[in-house]
Amino acid sequence: MIEFSETAHQRYEQILKRYPEKRAAVLPVLTLAQREFGWISPEVAEYVGNLMGYPASDMLSVASFYTMLHKRPVGKYHIEVCRNVSCWLMGTYRCVDEIKRRLNIGLGEVTPDGKFSLALTECLGSCGTAPAMQVGDRYFENLTPEGVAEILEKLSND
Amino acid sequence: MIKVLLANIDKPDQVKIEKYRERGGYKALEKTLAMEQSAVIEEVKASGLRGRGGAGFPTGMKWSFVPRNTGKQTFLLCNADESEPGTFKDRLLMERDPHMMIEGMAIAAYALNCHLAYIYLRGEYEFIAYTIQQALDEAYQAKMLGPSVFGRDYSLDIHLHLGQGAYICGEETSLIESLEGYRGYPRLKPPFPAVSGFLASPTVVNNVETLCAVPWIMLNGAAAYAAMGTEKSKGTKLFSVSGHVARPGTYEVELGYPLMDFINNEAGGVTGKLKAVIPGGSSVPVLTAAECDGVNLDYESLLKAGSMLGSGGMIVFNDSIKMPEVLSVIADFYAHESCGQCTPCREGTGWAAKIMRNLVAGNGKRSDIDLLYKIVDMMEGKTICPLADADVMPIRSFVTKFRAEFEAMCAR
Repeated sequence: MIEFSETAHQRYEQILKRYPEKRAAVLPVLTLAQREFGWISPEVAEYVGNLMGYPASDMLSVASFYTMLHKRPVGKYHIEVCRNVSCWLMGTYRCVDEIKRRLNIGLGEVTPDGKFSLALTECLGSCGTAPAMQVGDRYFENLTPEGVAEILEKLSND
Repeated sequence: MIKVLLANIDKPDQVKIEKYRERGGYKALEKTLAMEQSAVIEEVKASGLRGRGGAGFPTGMKWSFVPRNTGKQTFLLCNADESEPGTFKDRLLMERDPHMMIEGMAIAAYALNCHLAYIYLRGEYEFIAYTIQQALDEAYQAKMLGPSVFGRDYSLDIHLHLGQGAYICGEETSLIESLEGYRGYPRLKPPFPAVSGFLASPTVVNNVETLCAVPWIMLNGAAAYAAMGTEKSKGTKLFSVSGHVARPGTYEVELGYPLMDFINNEAGGVTGKLKAVIPGGSSVPVLTAAECDGVNLDYESLLKAGSMLGSGGMIVFNDSIKMPEVLSVIADFYAHESCGQCTPCREGTGWAAKIMRNLVAGNGKRSDIDLLYKIVDMMEGKTICPLADADVMPIRSFVTKFRAEFEAMCAR
């Protein structure tokens, strides 16, 4: 059985207060759950559903609409590299290849130690500082293969 | 040139409320609160301000559609779901001058007699959420928000709400569905959100840049704003330019500013030889280099040139680029972001993306080009929201204007 930590519970109560109707809190609560448990597993969906009074299938249906809610485990550092036009123009795939080579994983895969996972993502709004990638709540911009190598080095020492 | 939106963008500590107020911030709100609500709407109407998210609908008119005395509360939603490829202008405003957005929201909310508003921020911009939340906290502390705004008998709460990665949620009815806690499926209109939006109540959805222009208009007057720009495109607009230019970035110009002057002056010129420009985000028709001459950055001129102003997300291409490859990147995007609710869009975006991938991989046939035309004909205007059309416009314009390149790829 999984359960929110006390801090997460307090956070949950705060989130509910922001909306005139409980249902509107579903997305922020799923986000909170992902922060707590790493991804939206069927078990997490059931927990959130029970907590809020909705079926687990309903919670999974909502989660499946949003790319940032993970439907399978991701690494501690989930790397998402923008594949859209401006990043593509500025050489995003050279950076993707460098990440694949260094981490020895493909798109959609997680490193065996669970530290990194890699995915492509759509426009991050970093077109003027392309190519760009997102790792958790951080943006890395003006990427080069060398720069990417440095970032990975720093993250793996974290 | 007068800067409405970026006047203080590079000034130190502009994110802090003291600095924002020192530089004239929240004076417009104070002034507005002494006015009749209807007079505020009239002022914004008279300014000619149009929605800066992409659709260009007159803002004051949108506000005037909200019915009064329905017994329901009215909601204001700030659309900060900036996701149109090529667009990164709202981000700059929120990162560097968040109080301008909050003040704009407070003025709009007052005019609409709204007491509860939300900022729907795309989830990827979580790193900006910290800045915005801090600004909101400061605004509450300084009583610019809360139970008695500026000590008056007017209350306003603004909450920050994060999306979780869905381009479609930038479409206003999808944004509302998402905010209500559901999958972000766009709704059929009518009813329009002004009548029945968030929680089936009157709702106004405005883009960040639109709301940021409001304080300036209230402080300097509608006439001063309307004096800038062209007859039908008043005021200034942000353009975020990327791709093959020397100085990519976000710049503010008066509407009506020549496109090539913008590329050569603001953006520092093309790196290499100009081949094409997407002037308003990936959803608008592409312009060839020849078509760019004589075009101005305003709603009418771009429409006349066969494209659209859109969000102002400009992408510049030099001649090292193969246009079918660009279209393949774009087609993949719409296939990924189609919500799947309407069959023509769900199937059409997918088919177009597959055909383009195949063509770029060198396995295309000439008949594929005709098939693309056929598919877009079956998509256009046949769906609940404009996402299908947003795929149709680049596909049709790329194939028509650069047909020889597509044919050459097929020949292999």
